[in-house]
Amino acid sequence: MASRLMALWEWFDARMPSVALEWRKHAAEYYAPKNFNFWYYFGVLSMLVLVIQIVSGIFLTMHYKPDAGLAFGSVEYIMRDVSGGWILRYIHSTGASAFFVVVYLHMFRALLYGSHREPRELIWIFGVLIYLTLMAEAFLGYLLPWGQMSYWGAQVIVNLFAVVPYIGPDLALWIRGDYVVSDATLNRFFALHVIAIPLVLLGLVVAHILALHDVGSNNPDGVEIKKTKDAHGRPVDGIAFHPYYTVKDTVGAVVFLAIFCVVMFFVPEMGGYFLEHNNFIPADPLKTPEHIAPLWYFTPYYSILRAVPPLFNSQFPGVLAMGIAVLILFLLPWLDRSPVKSIRYRGPYYKIALALFVVAFVILGYLGIESTTVWGQFAVTEGSLMDLILDTKDRATWVARVCTVLYFAFFVLMPWYTARDEVKPVPDRVTM
Amino acid sequence: MSDNEKVDKTRRNLVVATSLVGGAASVGAAVPFITSMWPSERAKAAGAPVEVDISAIAPGEMKVFEWRGKPVWVIRRTPQMLESLKTVAAKLTDPASRDSLQPEYAANDYRSLKPDVMVMEGVCTHLGCSPQMKPADAKAEMGGDWAGGFYCACHGSKFDLAGRVFRGAPAPTNLTVPPYTFLSEGTLLIGEDKKGA
Repeated sequence: MASRLMALWEWFDARMPSVALEWRKHAAEYYAPKNFNFWYYFGVLSMLVLVIQIVSGIFLTMHYKPDAGLAFGSVEYIMRDVSGGWILRYIHSTGASAFFVVVYLHMFRALLYGSHREPRELIWIFGVLIYLTLMAEAFLGYLLPWGQMSYWGAQVIVNLFAVVPYIGPDLALWIRGDYVVSDATLNRFFALHVIAIPLVLLGLVVAHILALHDVGSNNPDGVEIKKTKDAHGRPVDGIAFHPYYTVKDTVGAVVFLAIFCVVMFFVPEMGGYFLEHNNFIPADPLKTPEHIAPLWYFTPYYSILRAVPPLFNSQFPGVLAMGIAVLILFLLPWLDRSPVKSIRYRGPYYKIALALFVVAFVILGYLGIESTTVWGQFAVTEGSLMDLILDTKDRATWVARVCTVLYFAFFVLMPWYTARDEVKPVPDRVTM
Repeated sequence: MSDNEKVDKTRRNLVVATSLVGGAASVGAAVPFITSMWPSERAKAAGAPVEVDISAIAPGEMKVFEWRGKPVWVIRRTPQMLESLKTVAAKLTDPASRDSLQPEYAANDYRSLKPDVMVMEGVCTHLGCSPQMKPADAKAEMGGDWAGGFYCACHGSKFDLAGRVFRGAPAPTNLTVPPYTFLSEGTLLIGEDKKGA
């Protein structure tokens, strides 16, 4: 039997040798640094969540109806009448938030160990493109249940495009396909969510991994393992991705799936953070909910949008700031001028900057969930100088403004503080 | 390519020309796909005017009607409400509605055909949320000098009872007044005015 299988494999290999070749290139003979730590789980977990989303998504489309009159009902039908429908939907909704959790941690890993630095700039660029595509995918998918938050979230986000000077109103009209968010909008968002964007996402993931495997993985020491090779030309500090890291990642996947299942089975709504309460009300174009907020993974950028005051009677500056806040990530490899990659050998400037950035990002995220009046108003006497200076007295808006400045300062001042930081000597080989 | 192989310039030019023509054709082929995303003929035709009965709206009350998928508010304003429009004028971004959208016949102090009947689209000019009516007795929430108006919960814009936006709000202009006309004392046609009829 074994020899028959072997013969079959040889028959196959003679006709299509690239399968074995690619397997060796990307798994059996892909040498990854031996000192990967906890932070190196999130890349493979992102791929795991992508698979979970695609599989659960395919089965949801078998029951979902992309029609403004039927969509909300079809989601309730999936929840109540389709066998196992509720688990499909909760897998998909939990997966959406889990995707952003692992992607944010994956991106933070890059900031820690300098994974975006030369020669890995392209990997980073593909990564940011994946992040942008993922945001589009999440936004488009959020309209599909046709609940109140779906409807008004889409209304606000599509109108963000309308504030672009000159072409804005036509652009928004073209995106909606109607004068208001309507059946036409829902139908096309469905098409983009289930076909177009996932295809782009898969292509970008392939590019991300090919670019990674060409230059090789970074590691917590930020040392290039390809500099020290043995007699066979293999990096001394590298171990084969398969079986060493496939086994290690399996452990990570099991732990991740355990947490995923706890959320999915016990707190799928996560107190309104993963599935917003207002979205259990069908879309009503005549009534905006009392409080609308995007899902948690967009809130830092939503806070930046709200924090920037309108200039010259236009909301464009806020929208621009929000856009730049995401796009500035592309420049990161060139903004960082430090001679070292890893935070282990960086000095206090970068550590403080990164800490402030994380704090600002989290505070912005929190404020984006809440109303601008969450922390009350500054007590200012009417007609005083402060009354004239402060365009708004909401404390939360001012905190968001400070955090927005910190967010941008992290990037804009980076060439300055990374070049002047006191760095420690980097070892020639990785440390364990 | 080695040195002794000469480049056939004619062939290369033909390859370049073919690629350019092919590229132009691909761009052209994108046109039907992109244009298919504009509003369909049916969507364009759906903007028919609606006839609404406003006789049951008591003074000080508001009713919401749907026109082109958008909420349209009709408010029967009391004399006190109309008085408040004058007192708040100093705090507004565009008190005379110069930068705002309204038909000519509503470009007046009350932004309406008849002073007491206010008709406007309940769509915030910021990002399109629908604001909520906050009467004058909502002072605890809206501040001591609140004389009644509308509040957009999405991003905090405030409007007076003629839909004029207060300064310091993200909304750039006043709420839009749609075209409308009175068919009788108690019936209103929203979406068409006398010119169009």
